[in-house]
Amino acid sequence: MAGATVATNRREARRPRRIPARAPCLAVLLGGCSGMQSMLDPAGIAATRIADLFWVMLIGAAVIWCLVISLAVYASRLKKTPVSERTALRLIIGAGVVFPTVVLTALLVYGLRLMPELRTSDGDLTIAVTGEQFWWRVEYRLPDGRVVPSANELRMPAGATVEVVLGTADVIHSFWIPALAGKTDMIPGRTTRQMLKPERPGIYRGACAEFCGSSHSLMAMTAVVMEPEAFAAWIEREAADAVPSGNARGREVFMASGCSACHTVRGTEAAGRIGPDLTHLGGRESLGAGILPNQPDAIARFVAETDRIKPGARMPAFPMLPEDDLAALAAWLGGLE
Amino acid sequence: MLFRRETANLWTLITPPTVWAMHFMVAYVLAAVVCAKTGNTADLDSVRWIIAGATAVALGLIAAAAVQAHRHWGFGDDMPPHNEPTDEDRQHFLGFATLLICGVSAIGVIFVALPALFIADCR
Repeated sequence: MAGATVATNRREARRPRRIPARAPCLAVLLGGCSGMQSMLDPAGIAATRIADLFWVMLIGAAVIWCLVISLAVYASRLKKTPVSERTALRLIIGAGVVFPTVVLTALLVYGLRLMPELRTSDGDLTIAVTGEQFWWRVEYRLPDGRVVPSANELRMPAGATVEVVLGTADVIHSFWIPALAGKTDMIPGRTTRQMLKPERPGIYRGACAEFCGSSHSLMAMTAVVMEPEAFAAWIEREAADAVPSGNARGREVFMASGCSACHTVRGTEAAGRIGPDLTHLGGRESLGAGILPNQPDAIARFVAETDRIKPGARMPAFPMLPEDDLAALAAWLGGLE
Repeated sequence: MLFRRETANLWTLITPPTVWAMHFMVAYVLAAVVCAKTGNTADLDSVRWIIAGATAVALGLIAAAAVQAHRHWGFGDDMPPHNEPTDEDRQHFLGFATLLICGVSAIGVIFVALPALFIADCR
């Protein structure tokens, strides 16, 4: 009796320590279910369908797994006498042939029925995205025929149907914004398409989902879903030329250092097409294709240490720039909103 | 000939999967060629009807192979395993194996044809 009490006390004494140990694990696991880059927290119709499919398959797989394990335990531990040959044959045909065929047919039909809905045409807005090592060239093709160049950020109005026309300038990339839709490969020599129907305004994160080189994991993007009125105002600002921030020294450094050979800043003489368009760099949510916060010190770091921040990128680093010039350049670029 | 044979052999055994492979080729090559030539929003109605016809033909051939295999198996009078070194057991083994392959091939043909039922264009 005394021994039992001691044992119970020990168990109780141990219990409080166990719960806090499990809590962080659970928090980490559940933390993956939400957030700006989670397919389990969908913000668009395609992603919602994919998340539904995921839950159906997960729950179905869990149920089948439990059935199979229960049957195995029953057969190996509980059932002492062998079943008749007739029962065994029925089990093999029923559970081994008919059941998987029916389940696979149901899943195939379910999956096939989703596809036409996810691939409608006639978008309200067309955005062309070209994958390049290791960034995204973006062009808004507006209904009135205007083309607005941008980079590394996708903005779209909530509730609209957006056709994303995908291409690549070099190797195979894959366009994936998990919260909005599935992934679509960008294949050299081919044009692929993805339809986005964002529903919930917010800031989401996309990533290249096909290994494309040494900085593949540093090729991300920001997708901003805006209220339609806010988007209409934003696209007008984005289509306009850059508004100089008055930091004349920064502009001088930009032009004198050769940045304009690769980058465009509309409204200035910089018209390079090799690198990302920087016309409204300061207005973007992130820097360097979704890897740095958009702040002047991060811009300065990116310019001075490109090869360390983004190994394999075509842009050379500019560590030779004097600190004052670098700060002026970063301030000027950050001011281009 | 592969059909109306008195005895089973390896050719009768591989007939059903060959029908499945041919059906697969017709469905995929036809859809790929039409989509490549006419573009993304091309209507696939005629292709879908051809695939429906090819599916009916393929399932008919597989059914004929299954009837024949059932006969070669001895109409199910003799249950497996057919592992005796006799001509009769060899026939029954080939017949039974062909019958199972007919089942898999029929499922394969239906799975290959299902996309044509739901997807109406090349997108």
